[in-house]
Amino acid sequence: MESQHILSVLADNNSGVLLRISGLFSRRGYNIASLSAAETENPKVSRMTIVVNSDEDTLEQICKQLNKLVDIKEVRVLAPDNAVCREHILIQAGTSPETRSGLIEVANLFRANILDTAANSLILELTGSPRKIQAFVQLVEPYGIRRLVKTGVSALERGEIGPFEE
Amino acid sequence: MKLTGAEILIECLLEQGVDTVFGYPGGAVLNIYDALYQYQDRITHYLTAHEQGAAHAADGYARSTGKTGVVIATSGPGATNLVTGIATAYMDSIPVVAITGNVSCNLLGLDSFQEVDITGITMPITKHNFIVKDVKDLADTIRRAFYIANEGRKGPVLIDIPKDVTILSAEYEKQPPIPLPKENIGFTQAELEKAAEMIQKSARPFLYTGGGVILSDAADEVAALADLLDAPVASSLMGQGGFDQTDSRYIGMLGMHGTKTASLAVGACDLFIGIGTRFSDRVVLKISAFAPQAKILQIDIDPAEVNKNIKVDHTLIGDIRETLEKLNRMLKKQTHAAWMEQVAGWQKEFPLRQIGKTETDVTPQYVLETLDRLTDGNAVIATEVGQNQMWAAQFYKNRRPHSFISSGGLGTMGYGLGAAIGAQVGNPDKTVVNIAGDGSFHMNLNELVTLSKYQIPVIELVFNNHVLGMVRQWQRLFYGKRFSQTTLDRPTDYLKLAEAFGIRGFRITQKDQVENVLQQALAEKGPVLIDCVIDKDINVLPMVPAGAPVGEPILDITIDD
Repeated sequence: MESQHILSVLADNNSGVLLRISGLFSRRGYNIASLSAAETENPKVSRMTIVVNSDEDTLEQICKQLNKLVDIKEVRVLAPDNAVCREHILIQAGTSPETRSGLIEVANLFRANILDTAANSLILELTGSPRKIQAFVQLVEPYGIRRLVKTGVSALERGEIGPFEE
Repeated sequence: MKLTGAEILIECLLEQGVDTVFGYPGGAVLNIYDALYQYQDRITHYLTAHEQGAAHAADGYARSTGKTGVVIATSGPGATNLVTGIATAYMDSIPVVAITGNVSCNLLGLDSFQEVDITGITMPITKHNFIVKDVKDLADTIRRAFYIANEGRKGPVLIDIPKDVTILSAEYEKQPPIPLPKENIGFTQAELEKAAEMIQKSARPFLYTGGGVILSDAADEVAALADLLDAPVASSLMGQGGFDQTDSRYIGMLGMHGTKTASLAVGACDLFIGIGTRFSDRVVLKISAFAPQAKILQIDIDPAEVNKNIKVDHTLIGDIRETLEKLNRMLKKQTHAAWMEQVAGWQKEFPLRQIGKTETDVTPQYVLETLDRLTDGNAVIATEVGQNQMWAAQFYKNRRPHSFISSGGLGTMGYGLGAAIGAQVGNPDKTVVNIAGDGSFHMNLNELVTLSKYQIPVIELVFNNHVLGMVRQWQRLFYGKRFSQTTLDRPTDYLKLAEAFGIRGFRITQKDQVENVLQQALAEKGPVLIDCVIDKDINVLPMVPAGAPVGEPILDITIDD
């Protein structure tokens, strides 16, 4: 049965490493839901969070095939209840004098930031779990989404002290 | 010591013990070829007719010697001409280091003359590849390339070197090769014990050996295991020679063109031990019908091959030789007399047999068995792809590893001649024969000139049936005998062709000429081309259609037109 899995991948920050990974996914027919990547505190290494839709067998293959790439140092499947997952979104939504305050109310409910105010639109920014982002988008939708950009999920495993969030 | 990039490249090849390279010069590799000129007393360069031939030669050299093959090509078309050769090596896990030139760094990305993104192109067909943009990184990159090509599951690595990097200088200090890991064992003692227990409990074990046995030099350990186990042994195409095919336990290939005995034994066994094999679709065929009564034990170096094509019950991940050394020590000698007798009965009942239309017709079986007898099975056999390849695997009894050189995974027509050149260069004292069909032969026959120029004494044996026999066979069975574009009937005069290239040529049209011609060819000091004319409807049998149960091969195809 297909479900969503979150992989945290550590790779040498060589040119082409992203192409190696995305090429592997496309030629073997694995399905990427999102991928976010950037260099870590060590500029020679980058960490990426890859969200995949797959069954368990395919997940096993994805991890093994990723591990065969020379540039990849570590592949971990994150357990959802033991990882912090965040996504970042920017939405430009249309407003009219009548709807403006309603949209601002939605933004406040989600503790979203208003980054740009124009005569007939607002740009809202929110960071949160994928579920929260999804709910936010749903509530903004009736106001008319003009443009939307998401980063994809970035995730880290929790420390060993115990569950604690924000 | 300050050296140019080109000199560093050659020095690093020498570090790795390379004394032979294959290639083709060009603008972007002028400096590399200038360095090769300086080092010609220490590295022999073989110039092929085409870069593809050079890539296959490096691959054939690697397969037949166990060493790393090296091929050099220029940028652009030189590099793309390597692609089929690199993909061939990749599919069969062959250690090849391909070195390509590229335009200078300041011209990269500008669609410059003879520029191509060869690292981008070869990403899916190399274990890894590099572009070296700083001459200071060159030496370590080459050292790593050789390491990667040979570490774990082997495979090709490409290094792209822009022209300016070959001109610029850097400090060079000689270094020994990066040592490969001393131990390659990825299983626990408990897992080893479980494997031993599965084996000890088995009443009808079946041993199946793939190309991994050859790549890890584990033929002795496999032979010891077969002995301890008292089990029938089948090989994949890639595994040919990993187990002595004159051994009474050997029952032939398994899969699409395997023996009926192997098919029946897979159906009846209660333990299937796959060693160094990836359970390819050409072997497993219908997954649900494969080894239905058996537990499957897989021994391989690559964990990604476990549960990829077929679900297995237990695995030992590690170098095959090291793994079998440990496993064999835990096993007690077994006997499975009833099982072996049953298998022997099938062998008697279903031998491989080719019958010509008339008594005097030449059959590939007769030619290959005669060749086997005249060479005592000691020849290195290269093949093209198609019927010729299957016949070679079926009828030449390969006794030892590194002696059957064939494109298994990619199925590259035009592979064999280049590969035979590499195999002969790597094994100057052995007889090397390339078994070809007339279709494959016409793909890369330009390499005859390489045989001739260097007097490389390969015997090019063409089974000339004037058709693309394997495709024709499928068209006959599954496409209503519509022989679309497979009737070649080319007017090539092989004897004149041989003469034009300066090669000794022979023609065989009747059975009674076979032994005499083969004897003459074997006695010849230089290269030989044999035009062996056969009927166009000799099929490869048995045959299990794709997706059908492996236990139900077609044993006979009626030729009714």
